[in-house]
Amino acid sequence: MTAAAPASSGRVSREAITSFLRKYLIVFIFLGMCVLLAIFTPNNSFLKPQNLINIVRQITVTGLLALGVMLCIIALGIDLSLGSVLGFAAVVSASLVQQPGWKEALWPNLPQLPAIVAVFAGLGVGLALGSVNGGLIAVFKIPPFIATLGMMTIARGFAYIYSNGRPVSTLNPDFLWIGGGDILGIPVPIIIFGIAILLMHMMLNFTRFGRHIYAIGGNETAARVSGVNIGRTKVGIYAISGLMAGLGGIVITARTQSATPALGMGYELDAIAAAVIGGTSFAGGIGTVWGTVVGALIIGVMRNGMDLLNVSPFYQQVVQGIVIIVAIIIDERKNR
Amino acid sequence: MAEEVLLRMTGISKEFPGVKALDDVHLDVEAGTVHALMGENGAGKSTLMKVLAGIYTADAGSININGVPITVPDSATALKLGISMIHQELSPVPAMMVAENIYLGREPLNRFGLVDKGLMIRKAQALFDKWQIDINPRATMSTLVVAQMQMVEIAKAISYDARLIVMDEPTSAISEREVAHLHRIIRSLRDSGVAIIYITHKMDEVFKIADFVTVFRDGRHVSTLPAGELDRQKLITLMVGRELTHLFPKEDIEIGDVVMSVRGLTRKGVIEDISFDLRRGEILGLAGLMGAGRTEVLEAIFGVTKTDAGTITVNGKQLTIGSPADAIKAGMGLLTEDRKKTGIMGVLSVRDNMSIANLDRFSPNGILRKGQINAACEAQRTALALKTPSLAQVIKNLSGGNQQKVLVSRWLLTLPDVLMIDEPTRGIDVGAKSEIHRLMSGLAKEGKAILMVSSEMPEILGMSDRVLVMSGGRITAEFSRAEATQERVLEAATVVAPAA
Repeated sequence: MTAAAPASSGRVSREAITSFLRKYLIVFIFLGMCVLLAIFTPNNSFLKPQNLINIVRQITVTGLLALGVMLCIIALGIDLSLGSVLGFAAVVSASLVQQPGWKEALWPNLPQLPAIVAVFAGLGVGLALGSVNGGLIAVFKIPPFIATLGMMTIARGFAYIYSNGRPVSTLNPDFLWIGGGDILGIPVPIIIFGIAILLMHMMLNFTRFGRHIYAIGGNETAARVSGVNIGRTKVGIYAISGLMAGLGGIVITARTQSATPALGMGYELDAIAAAVIGGTSFAGGIGTVWGTVVGALIIGVMRNGMDLLNVSPFYQQVVQGIVIIVAIIIDERKNR
Repeated sequence: MAEEVLLRMTGISKEFPGVKALDDVHLDVEAGTVHALMGENGAGKSTLMKVLAGIYTADAGSININGVPITVPDSATALKLGISMIHQELSPVPAMMVAENIYLGREPLNRFGLVDKGLMIRKAQALFDKWQIDINPRATMSTLVVAQMQMVEIAKAISYDARLIVMDEPTSAISEREVAHLHRIIRSLRDSGVAIIYITHKMDEVFKIADFVTVFRDGRHVSTLPAGELDRQKLITLMVGRELTHLFPKEDIEIGDVVMSVRGLTRKGVIEDISFDLRRGEILGLAGLMGAGRTEVLEAIFGVTKTDAGTITVNGKQLTIGSPADAIKAGMGLLTEDRKKTGIMGVLSVRDNMSIANLDRFSPNGILRKGQINAACEAQRTALALKTPSLAQVIKNLSGGNQQKVLVSRWLLTLPDVLMIDEPTRGIDVGAKSEIHRLMSGLAKEGKAILMVSSEMPEILGMSDRVLVMSGGRITAEFSRAEATQERVLEAATVVAPAA
């Protein structure tokens, strides 16, 4: 019963403005937060360049996972295994670049390998486990929530088994450069995040695969009747999600100079929160890379700001929960 | 009894962002009458009824029942006031029993305060017995076919013992036989003093059942007349505000060679030994009652469902079709029956909805050629006179007719030889309907072969060069355009065929 908007020019322009405001609401909220923090933090500490860089660096891992889970949510799925896959990828990757000759190393007799080997191993772990998720969902028709819940436990178990439950540390400086180095003053993790954002944006908006992801979320049956290969697309989605977890594992290991099998526990929840705050809809078919990135930034800025304002971490959790719920309420109203 | 005004709505206005859905509308309904609301989609019929049922709140206006002013803040209040409503879109709880669905939210309780299932089932059975509805109240809702669900919904609305029952397109999903049944129920309710407001797009029904007809156009009240003073042409004129010259403009053109041959197509228990040829420039109508297996034939051909036997040949090449993707590659398109469930991707843009079936050609190496997509979609938008502010518009904001045009475009972009269309004009308004018909006729003229399933007899008779009639999963008759009459088609559709 809804008709297209009538062509009265005054009304259309007002509508255009409203729809613009709605679309970019999350950006305005983010900018508003920044302005408030800039005013209220003591000694202008929020706006110091080092602080801003810190915020971005801190959100890179959450951000990478958020990009992965965003794909799943757009296609009416979810990936709960991200944190565990990250943990497993991290210990595998770290174990290949421990200082040669160190007696506590996981593989004490391993010669010095180029850092790139460890990177590929971490990415490979993520890709493989993600593909298994996709296969379970596409072939056996297991609901994504259940399939990835199972994988969450399995991958965490693998991480403990592989590392004997011990931290994997004393890593090669080459590898640590990924977490601590910089190119022209820009920290490497931020560069990696930037490239991931760009690639993900291009994939979603400029490839057939990207359109298929939105189509599945918009109406899976219609997509199938229109010739979309649902199974293949889903495997692709979860494989990429796993790949992002692998990448996140590498970055965080290189930054903290150690991988523990417990690494990444609960990270998937922050990632889901970022995607949702950024406007990714649990009803499927809606979600953007820039929105998700802003969602991750909001979480980062919020935490940083509350630290600077000396808000107790206990209260911070409450605030973050409220923000997630409010974001969903706004989203609900927007789509009505 | 017929003189008593039961419901009086005056000065009702309701505005949605960008649309004035109702503009100073009035409506009087007398007890013991059937009052039809007519109008194109977007005319405001459903909106007015949703105001009455407490789903929307009007911006202005008043509602009186038996002369007493009332307010209807929510559906529960509406029910208490004796107003029940059958909605256009069914909302069953699939995992629950039929009886539980009927008494949802007002389950009879035993003395321990627990739900008394036995009593509930007995009450449902009594209700079904009274109205001669042949459905098991213990059956799980999800095992019912759509027509049965619709009957349950109707039974539910009656079970409230309402003074006024609103029926919003109650017959859009049920067959002629069930329509007749529903009409018997309506007459009997009317004779017992209940007022019925009946919204429909089907004019034949209006003349069969209605005492009064109110026509809406663009959110305004156009006129209210006794049904006896109206005829089809007059009604159409009132609804669209213009003379419709051709309702069904299928042009006579030269029918070409066979494009598609189907032989012995069988899916056990659903369709049996379906064989026919489809020719270039031809519109082949597939008629039959609900559940005759028409949609299932299209789905089997298109690879949506698996088949047990049979061959499909397109352009002389025998095909193995394992999925819709294979069918599309072979030059077929399928516009599905249920626009919302299997057609549109609601939250996506017009452009995404239009281009989805042809992305393989729009992105030969996986990278989208956006310029090409835009140009192709723009061309479709112009060719089909699609009413949308832009190609980026979210499709669910379009009217039903325009959504249907987008779906037609989706398949035209794939340049199919064979286009299968399931219920081309279900739930869309008269103006858009005739545009879709003109479009189909034009496509046939261009040499496309069209296989059309329709439950509307005038559409079948008006549009088809040839008519196949199905019953019980089999083809029971074939008529040429000249041979096909309403009586013949209906007779073949009600032949009791041996179960497939």
